[in-house]
Amino acid sequence: MALLDIDDLSVTFYTDDGPVHAVSDLDLSIDKGETLGIVGESGSGKSQTAFAIMGLLAGNGRTRGAVRFDGQDILGAAPKVINRLRARRIAMIFQDPMTSLNPYMRISDQMAEVLTLHEGLSKRDAVARSVEMLDAVRIPSARERISLYPHEFSGGMRQRVMIAMALLCKPDLLIADEPTTALDVTVQAQIMDLLGDLQRDLGMATILITHDLGVVAGFCDRVVVMYGGRVMEQGPVDPLFARPAHPYTRGLLGAVPRVDDADARMVAIPGNPPDMAAPPEGCPFRPRCGFAGDDCRTMPPLVAFGENRARACQRAVERVTA
Amino acid sequence: MTAPLLSVRDLRVTFPISRAGDMPWTPPRLLHAVNGVSFDLPHGETLGIVGESGCGKSSLARGLIRMVPSSGKVLWNGDTDLLGLSPRAMLKVRAQIQMVFQDPLASLNPRMTLGQIIGEPLRTHRPDFSAKNRRQAVAAMMERVGLLPQMINRYPHEFSGGQCQRIGIARALVIKPRLLICDEPVSALDVSIQAQVIDLLKDLQREMGLTMIFIAHDLSVVKTISDRVMVLYLGRMMEMAPKHALYADPQHPYTQALLSAVPIPDPVAERAKRVIPVEGDLPSPLAPPSGCVFRTRCPRAAPACAKEIPQAGDEAHRVACLFPGPVRAAERA
Repeated sequence: MALLDIDDLSVTFYTDDGPVHAVSDLDLSIDKGETLGIVGESGSGKSQTAFAIMGLLAGNGRTRGAVRFDGQDILGAAPKVINRLRARRIAMIFQDPMTSLNPYMRISDQMAEVLTLHEGLSKRDAVARSVEMLDAVRIPSARERISLYPHEFSGGMRQRVMIAMALLCKPDLLIADEPTTALDVTVQAQIMDLLGDLQRDLGMATILITHDLGVVAGFCDRVVVMYGGRVMEQGPVDPLFARPAHPYTRGLLGAVPRVDDADARMVAIPGNPPDMAAPPEGCPFRPRCGFAGDDCRTMPPLVAFGENRARACQRAVERVTA
Repeated sequence: MTAPLLSVRDLRVTFPISRAGDMPWTPPRLLHAVNGVSFDLPHGETLGIVGESGCGKSSLARGLIRMVPSSGKVLWNGDTDLLGLSPRAMLKVRAQIQMVFQDPLASLNPRMTLGQIIGEPLRTHRPDFSAKNRRQAVAAMMERVGLLPQMINRYPHEFSGGQCQRIGIARALVIKPRLLICDEPVSALDVSIQAQVIDLLKDLQREMGLTMIFIAHDLSVVKTISDRVMVLYLGRMMEMAPKHALYADPQHPYTQALLSAVPIPDPVAERAKRVIPVEGDLPSPLAPPSGCVFRTRCPRAAPACAKEIPQAGDEAHRVACLFPGPVRAAERA
């Protein structure tokens, strides 16, 4: 049985300008210990999917469908049940470590609070465990620095604190929402290396949400490509990057220059991302797609093909990969 | 041989920093954002400037055109020192130097229509233009950057990030400058839109014979657009070379580490790649290390690096390092 099973999830925000369908009919599952990447541009619904799993949607957001964690539906569960799952079994880290840490609390108090609250440890034991965890994320002289405030750390160190805090209760699932987007490239390399080591050591499943295809290529077993609130394509990273079978995946990979390519060529995708308040009829990528036809005015279902791959496109695989 | 469009010698940008609680007579501490950078920029060339946050790449660009106080020499066309000009004379040159900024929406006045925004540089620098001439120039520029004529009376908030950046580019190019400085012009844009804006900049550069300075933290994007690339670290130039030489054969340990950290969107290549780690944190720019500023994090650091500030020569491939050379086997993680 999958650790997390998302079944036909839709997320809609009710705004003054009418409903905005941020996520539509999403099916997704992740096994124990697996690393899954969710890739997409702004407005693709990748972060809202994570927020829906964690029960963190904005007040005007409504969900439909089911999200089962270890067999238990958590979309409709009581707050008490969700609170017990969060932090102990599912943890999340965010893009901006400065705004996700409390600036008025010492790191020791913020970290210890997690353990006293969720595991009933004494303050003393909780701080001792927190120091161990800071050591594990390779913060030098953790014993002294645990009594500092967040602003006294650099951006990379703050993200390490966030990771340490998320892993205190040894979760089964970690959701990392753009964890390195705000960081410099050398720091990004350090943090992704650290996350990879911790993920292997603790055997936790990880969902990595990012717009950076390079980060996904290095970290994930499997990847889901989202556009306009829908899954366009999914599958194991190697074949998906080598032979993208959806026009959007193909376009996206072509639009990113590679630093190891002699001229770092890039080919733009024409047009603009869809306005989610008034999305195009049918496939959201249709107005920008070179393969589009009239049949694309109905949204094709996600159909399995090849080895563990799936895609939502009317055109034959051979035509798109050619 | 014609003089380069820009010839920069020993450029420095220094900010006085006073701490909370300082007495009024306490001398401020000095933050050297740019610390003695020299380079030439030939006509029609694109210079990419890369480096991590706080390395001084934006201060460098702003110091060149006196948007922040700077010292040193910035020779324009081989004869005019921009840093010594009177404000009135500077205004004349500024008509030939325009800038495109990172945040596409924040750099546009929300109370001005698109037509007013793009026409503004003409009002300032071309008072000889009649309203009709101005309207024609704006319309032609809009068409060139891919904005529709009926958008002329709309306001910035009605546009997407990519379109706002097109407006910013139109505003910069409407007076036909010779030098265009782009400060992180695509960092705020989505991947699929980034490529559109880069393509537009490349085309316009060719058509208008522009010289460009392109600042970005993304090494892949800089590679696609630049002829030469400069690497900055803590306000100093580490390495500068023609694009292909810098990316294929970097000589400075910092450039090597920086390049090795860039993720490659190809699982096979990315797994095979060996990252050269840069240990520790960036030192405070208020108290940079003595000698070479990179030595505290450098795998090749030796006692000599603390004593002497390495200087880049004036050959084509310039390296500011006492021990330059290809990556050594022991440096890979």
